[in-house]
Amino acid sequence: MNMKRDYYEDINLFHSKTVIFWFAVLILFLVLYPFLFKNYYIYVANYIAINIIVATGLNILVGYTGLISLGHAGFFCLGAYGTVILMVKAHIPFLIALPLSSLFAGLFGFLIGLPALRLEGPYLSIATLAFGLTITQVVGKLDFFGGREGLHTSKLLIGNLHIDSDRDFYCLLIPITIIMIFIARNIVRTRVGRAFIAIRDAEIAAETIGVNVMLYKTLAFAISAFYTGVAGGLYAFVLRFIEPQLFSQMMSIMFLAMVVVGGIGSTFGSIAGAILLTLLDLELRNILSIPYLGKFLESLSKNFFSITGVSNIQFIVFGFIIIFIMLFEPLGMFGIWIRIKKYWKTWPF
Amino acid sequence: MSFFKVENISISFGGVKALNEIAFEVNKGEIFSIIGPNGSGKTTLFNCISGIYKPTNGKILFNESNIMGKNPHNIAKLGIARTFQNIELFPYMNTMENLMIGRHIYMKTGIFRAAFMLGRKSFAAKEESFHREKVEEIMELLDLQSFRNRFVGGLPYGVQKRIELGRALALEPKILLLDEPCAGMTSDEKEDMIFLVQDILEILGVTILLIEHDMKVVMDISNRILAINFGSPIVIGKPQVVQNHPEVLKAYLGEE
Repeated sequence: MNMKRDYYEDINLFHSKTVIFWFAVLILFLVLYPFLFKNYYIYVANYIAINIIVATGLNILVGYTGLISLGHAGFFCLGAYGTVILMVKAHIPFLIALPLSSLFAGLFGFLIGLPALRLEGPYLSIATLAFGLTITQVVGKLDFFGGREGLHTSKLLIGNLHIDSDRDFYCLLIPITIIMIFIARNIVRTRVGRAFIAIRDAEIAAETIGVNVMLYKTLAFAISAFYTGVAGGLYAFVLRFIEPQLFSQMMSIMFLAMVVVGGIGSTFGSIAGAILLTLLDLELRNILSIPYLGKFLESLSKNFFSITGVSNIQFIVFGFIIIFIMLFEPLGMFGIWIRIKKYWKTWPF
Repeated sequence: MSFFKVENISISFGGVKALNEIAFEVNKGEIFSIIGPNGSGKTTLFNCISGIYKPTNGKILFNESNIMGKNPHNIAKLGIARTFQNIELFPYMNTMENLMIGRHIYMKTGIFRAAFMLGRKSFAAKEESFHREKVEEIMELLDLQSFRNRFVGGLPYGVQKRIELGRALALEPKILLLDEPCAGMTSDEKEDMIFLVQDILEILGVTILLIEHDMKVVMDISNRILAINFGSPIVIGKPQVVQNHPEVLKAYLGEE
């Protein structure tokens, strides 16, 4: 038997022609999207794209390296404030300010990664939680950062192009998102990603086979913080205004929920999780305007709970989704996808 | 000049002296076995050699340089690989990837080269392919080809043991520490494993340190044996000498 094979096939991004076809369809859809949908949905798409970047980055940390972070809103905040301040106060162009502030967030990620070498599980989550809370407090107290009033972004210029509407921003954001996903995929399917997974699966074995655990743990933190920083910088321009209260603890938990719901340790899953949770987050806010259900929920909430119950219904729904995912499909949406694939492969048996 | 030498290492956990003044020397190209009853400190000794534990005193010399106190990954880089008593594989990776981790120290792809892996001409892709070919040779030696793309978590125990051995071999070690390679195997599998170990010694020229409870296996393949009990060395010598040593018999069978 000829065992000779093309090893590049193993690590190829597109394993078959079908995948390339569907990828082309997706790209086509993304190109046509701004022409097909009205403004609000472009804003939604932008918001989703940003969350996809965060979830992809966080997944490298949580999914692949097996560390946890409840403080990613802190890195998000650093990216957002860094970009805006560099642009407003130092008049640095966007395309330089964004990587700079993301690198700064990455540096902070590295620093937060240092205690992670000694902490695990709940202890690590508390440490990162504290970081997330601290950043917003510090930013809120300093006048240089605009204090509690927040900051307005300056005009977004790329070369001579003035990026003004959501639609323009969509054209900038989607390519960045695709590049970020591509980079994440590349990282996890080569040497570095293997080292991450090795640390997650069996740390001692990874150490004795030559993986520098210290280096790769901090590296995972730095990479995911960098991703979150990029997303934060972009997020500032979706809202055009940032204030410390935006980067609340809820945000960190949302990020983590995206990774968990999507499927731990799968880039595809993180993307799916980010899409689902972002959509739910945005759409459930409008639940009161649904004809009958809205009224019913409002009365329910007024009679039995408080009035805040309905307006925060997205968090209740998230909670349920996470619990169900944990109970029935620990691999998240990616696990469901694998099961469907398996089912169709063996269909009709 | 000695190839590998352990000089009087000791380590204690709380009040328990897990290792007490252990000293031995291993020649290049031999199979050196370590035996002793349960809890006598054999695995602790391996953990000290591979850097997981730091002994309180003594020296571990490899090619005349002291490796004691170094981090495990640096010790691995010098060419000391090991397997574990309870399999420590990466269950969510397939066999190929598990073995590729063994090539980690030989690869140079960092995050930037990995991030911009564009097409098969890029550095990262070429390097991957090159090392996958190397791993394929090891797979052939250990007869693992049919499991190439299977997640190792679900594979049979004997196969997992072989994969773990393969992962250590992918490191191209100069010294291989085998911690009970035959534990929990049927007698057929044991025989296969013995042949494998001898092959490794002959084909790859790897010096082997072996912990094993099956005395038949140990007596068959070892060049020399170190017997320890309660962390203290009893005797070092040829299999026949150790086999009939009264202290060893006492440690295993108890006193009358």
